[in-house]
Amino acid sequence: MQIVGLGLIATFLVTILNEHKSNISLLLTVFVGTVIFLFLMDRIQDIFRMVQTLANEAHVQTVYVETILKIIGIAYIAEFGAQISKDAGQGAIAGKIELGGKILILAMAIPILTALIETILSFLPMKG
Amino acid sequence: MGVDVDLIFQIAGVGIVVAFLHAVLEGIGKKEYAQWVTLLGFIYILFLVISIVQDLFQKIKSVFLFQS
Repeated sequence: MQIVGLGLIATFLVTILNEHKSNISLLLTVFVGTVIFLFLMDRIQDIFRMVQTLANEAHVQTVYVETILKIIGIAYIAEFGAQISKDAGQGAIAGKIELGGKILILAMAIPILTALIETILSFLPMKG
Repeated sequence: MGVDVDLIFQIAGVGIVVAFLHAVLEGIGKKEYAQWVTLLGFIYILFLVISIVQDLFQKIKSVFLFQS
């Protein structure tokens, strides 16, 4: 509810400001996006604490959980930056930011992929 | 949340005041002053926005990447 109210107020103010100073209204948009992200971050922290506790109890290796959390973090940051760029009317830069996020996620997933392939290889019967 | 909402209204208010000052200063023919006022207002708001974006990134770091 707070987020909806915040968004409505911000939309109203941005509409007023847009007629006079479009650069300041852009900054206001960025600000509101940041505030909403900050608000959500507390909830996300709770969720992740629960995920971590579950992983500890299930004796999953911490490297994997850490990598997954980092991947989700990269996705959030890339999404945030891309949307700001898109709001500023720079669709091309937003696309580049998203591309960078995807490639970084793939790079972070390499250890997990390696572990998976090694596990599969260890299941195979060794010959010779 | 309360502080953040206050900051949103502060930014919008600064924007409106700056736009008003710009119009008035241009009306009495002081174009350079009008541009300086606009620039100062922009820098002030940029400062506010950058500080809260830094907050957000610190928080993302501490939540996702396990650095405090």
